[in-house]
Amino acid sequence: MAYKLIGKDYTPPDVLAKVTGKANYAEDMRADGMVFCRILGSPMPHARVKNIDISEAKKVKGFLAVLTADKVPSFPPPNNPILNNEPRFVGEPILAVAAETELAAAEAVNKIKLDLEPLPFVTDPLESLFPRGPEARTNGNVANVRLKLQKIKWSAKDFASAGEGQLPMGKPAEKWQFGDLEGNFKKSDLVLDETFVTAGYSHHSMEPRSSMAYWQNGKCYLFGSAQSQQFMIFGLSRYLGIKPPQLVYNGAFCGGGFGSKGAPYAEMVIPAHMSKLLGGKPVLMRVSRAEEFAFGKGRPGFQGRLKVGFRKDGRILAADLYIVHDNGPNTGFWDFRNAGSSFSIVFQPEAMRWQGISVLTNTPVRGPQRGPGENQTAAAVEPIIAKAARELGLDQVAIRRINAPDNNAKYGAKQGPVTSAYLKDALDKGAKLFNWDEKKKESGKKNGSKVIGVGVGSAYHSAGAAGFDGLVRITPDGKLHVHSGAGNLGTYSYADTARAAAEVLGAKWENVIIERGDSRKGLPFVLGQFGSNSLYTQTRTNWAAGLDAKAKLQEIAAKELGGAAGDYDVTDSKVFNKSNPSKSISWAQAAKKAIEMGGKYSGKEMPKDINPITKWATASIAGSGLVGVTKDKRPKKGVTPGLVTAFVKVEVDTETGKVEVLDHVEIADCGVAVHPASLNTQIKGGAVMGYGMALSERYVFDPKLGMSLNGSLHESRPQTILDIPAEMTVDNVGKPDTSNPVGAKGVGEPVQGAATAAILVAISDALGGHMFNRTPVVPDMIINAAAGRPQSYKPLAVNTQ
Amino acid sequence: MLRDMMSTFELQQPSSVADALAVLKKAGSDSWVMAGGNDSLTWFKDRVKQPKTVVDISGISELKGIREGANGLEIGSLTSLTEIVNNKTIKAKFSLLSDSAAKVASPQIRNTGTIGGNVSQDTRCWYYRGGLPCYRAGGNTCYADTPTAMNREHTLFNASRCVAVSPSDIAPALVALDAKMVIQSSGGTKVVDAEKFFVGPAVDIKNMTILKHGDILTAIRIPNTWANATFYFEKVADRAVWDFPLVNIAAAMKISGGTISDMRVAVGAVEAVPKRLQVVEDLAKGQKKDANLAKLAAKASVRGAKPLNFNHFKIPLMENLVTRTFRDS
Repeated sequence: MAYKLIGKDYTPPDVLAKVTGKANYAEDMRADGMVFCRILGSPMPHARVKNIDISEAKKVKGFLAVLTADKVPSFPPPNNPILNNEPRFVGEPILAVAAETELAAAEAVNKIKLDLEPLPFVTDPLESLFPRGPEARTNGNVANVRLKLQKIKWSAKDFASAGEGQLPMGKPAEKWQFGDLEGNFKKSDLVLDETFVTAGYSHHSMEPRSSMAYWQNGKCYLFGSAQSQQFMIFGLSRYLGIKPPQLVYNGAFCGGGFGSKGAPYAEMVIPAHMSKLLGGKPVLMRVSRAEEFAFGKGRPGFQGRLKVGFRKDGRILAADLYIVHDNGPNTGFWDFRNAGSSFSIVFQPEAMRWQGISVLTNTPVRGPQRGPGENQTAAAVEPIIAKAARELGLDQVAIRRINAPDNNAKYGAKQGPVTSAYLKDALDKGAKLFNWDEKKKESGKKNGSKVIGVGVGSAYHSAGAAGFDGLVRITPDGKLHVHSGAGNLGTYSYADTARAAAEVLGAKWENVIIERGDSRKGLPFVLGQFGSNSLYTQTRTNWAAGLDAKAKLQEIAAKELGGAAGDYDVTDSKVFNKSNPSKSISWAQAAKKAIEMGGKYSGKEMPKDINPITKWATASIAGSGLVGVTKDKRPKKGVTPGLVTAFVKVEVDTETGKVEVLDHVEIADCGVAVHPASLNTQIKGGAVMGYGMALSERYVFDPKLGMSLNGSLHESRPQTILDIPAEMTVDNVGKPDTSNPVGAKGVGEPVQGAATAAILVAISDALGGHMFNRTPVVPDMIINAAAGRPQSYKPLAVNTQ
Repeated sequence: MLRDMMSTFELQQPSSVADALAVLKKAGSDSWVMAGGNDSLTWFKDRVKQPKTVVDISGISELKGIREGANGLEIGSLTSLTEIVNNKTIKAKFSLLSDSAAKVASPQIRNTGTIGGNVSQDTRCWYYRGGLPCYRAGGNTCYADTPTAMNREHTLFNASRCVAVSPSDIAPALVALDAKMVIQSSGGTKVVDAEKFFVGPAVDIKNMTILKHGDILTAIRIPNTWANATFYFEKVADRAVWDFPLVNIAAAMKISGGTISDMRVAVGAVEAVPKRLQVVEDLAKGQKKDANLAKLAAKASVRGAKPLNFNHFKIPLMENLVTRTFRDS
């Protein structure tokens, strides 16, 4: 289909503000009489607060108030508390202090004397599963979202019966299975059984989660740092103890979240509660890098085991995957579940069992990070697939192609359908662009101490949802306002998806105004900006709202000019009679008429099935133009997969452990590229994050102190511009997903996992098939492996180096 | 303990060395000399060091610049690393120094970082930097040397209660070039060998150099002894930029007809001081620069290494860097 806007590059409206520094992030917010607050974090990994002595803090000039856990709403365990008198990780907020200056707040924090009773703590899930091992909470050691807090211990026999260096597989918290697992393992020509560890690590969002808040006339005005906008309202209201209409939320800019700021989070409301304590006075809480590291969430690590059976042509007949998931101390996120479902879709095993357990540890709070579970799985599993290819004498691309999903693919425990899957096409396109058949001949080629390795790896994330709301408005000046409930997480999805509404109405882009970033602007409820969903979800909602507005334009034209609505069509500025185009009215006239007509035309009446947030939004703009508002009711049968494959060539220096990526090709199966330039940077940016996951980023815990040691950007070592190749080749398959009105699917997450997986496969290839079965692969490991020395880390230990 | 919020201090910004020395004398021992500020501000922001007075010497112009004399170069201690990287004389005669400076941190940090600051910076031990009360911080334990401690970046040699290492990329180059450090205090000026400038925990567990309160490192002299020698510098780090060495090596060799007549070599990040490898130097003198020598020197260089839980990879890494020094120079 030929589009006017979809598939074309453009400059999103907020780019200029971002590159000139004019964008106001939460930390930039100011208000008359504003004061500051800072947090006192726990110095211990697990403790009970026996007493808080604020007498010395009160003497600090400018001191205003102390906010403690008893003054804020509490939630049933294992939810993340706002403030906590039983902190469960180093840095967990115990209280906050407000003062007239930030420095005074900090000085006062450091003058507070805490009487803490140390409690048992654990940094390694397996230690907690061992009989009588320490537990992260006093009332359980296993929990997750929709997995109640409980105590699960494995038996000493479970541990003893695991082979040397292999994951014991005691009682899981959850499991599923399909197909004849045992029979298919028997039929397999090759069975591999590999134990692996993937490290957890911080998101390192450039903007720490600062926030500012004040109260006025019973309403809370909150300026926060979040990926999402209207999705934040319900959860923040709960954290604030108010009804959603009492919250004005502004999240116009966000300096990155990568999953850690997708949903409402507890710390954001600390200044709001402090403000309430101070009679509504504006309070700014700037969060430091060290604090962001402590409570800004991190990716859960895995201790896992995969037994996988192959037919001699490489087809995976059976897979048995066990994931022990390091969930931090609280609710965490369900990476362990995504491990099972992502394996099932990327490799389409004929039979599979997944077992998982989400174990609590006294380590930084965990939350979703880009490809939560899917990317750890890609990193852990792809080198095992590569090993199978070597043992079966198969080509690395061929073994992936024979297992890759297509439109008949099955997904997850229930083996449900997909809306589209073109991973085979991505592999073919990538192999061609990378020149795989030639480059693979370089595998193992030596140049002094340097060896060439090549690798390929794929990753998945679901890439879209359905059933949310769209809201557009044509005002009497003839402009189209697309009301976006999306946050501004940096991908420009709020703008890219607005173009779907403009497209369906034929609007000129310069006549489109995107309303966003402030809940007072009348913004509909949509899913949050996470899970690679926005592009798909909101091209659907905006397309639907655009269609609703179009129908109303046609009806108004028919009413004004005679005939039936169907006699009319819409151009960029008017509604015209198809058989007599001179019979027309302008959008501006139609908008005025809509206001006169009222009812559904001006938003005074609205559909009953839309979300309450959308109803409030619609009510707030009703009567100001022609309003298109509807729930997305387009059918969607099955999961919508975003699939990505990457090819890399690396040069590994066996004397220094240095890995240099020489070539990188990455191909996405993400349907139609709605905004090609943005897709290009999305793939490359995600890939760079994948380099860190493969080569350097991890939590380093001192198990005796129960604290992480690398809580700074430098010590955590995300990759820099000099660690990545100057050029990467990226592209998309470009085959539309027909369940989406513009053929689009999301892609933000698997772009990382594919890159990580391909790099790890290539390193293994360079080292003659050496299996590290651990991420990240740091120089130490390569130097030791090349020198034939043992590795420093203990088998299965969470700590790598 | 709240971190990432600098406390207040009295800031002094003298414009001459004489003024700086006077200010330091007046401020007493609770004062801190700051040059480029890269290491200093990190300490202050982390609230681990909270001096009452900060003496910012970055405005003292007499401490900047590179001067060429009959016996060699004199580099003002406030000369930026970028200037050293780009200086034509250094590049031509002492490329070991410009090569090592080019590997420090990142371009932005090299623009503000000074050579004096680089060689005076404190260790990067993450327990010490994290504010734990270890020996080096005045406490009575070493957190990095417990049975479960995480210490991949720590020492191989001559631990003495503390297992932290020298983080500088320039320090080994200065030792290899037999540089002289010019130190001024209100008592006068003294000149010490670079090798003697750095001290291990057995000598002083709280300081990595001989600088005492009231001292200012004013200049670094590079004698012509090693001008135009054959040099080798290599740094291995986790990242290509903005990182400290896992191990680095700096060597100067005089070679004629394929035979090494003289050599100085030092390795960084394996000890609290840049480790001069005199055993390797002795082995090399009078020998052909060949594979046999490289192999022998590599083995000899790591003798006596006592690895900790997580840093034994530094042994093969150091061997490899010594090998490369002979093979690839």
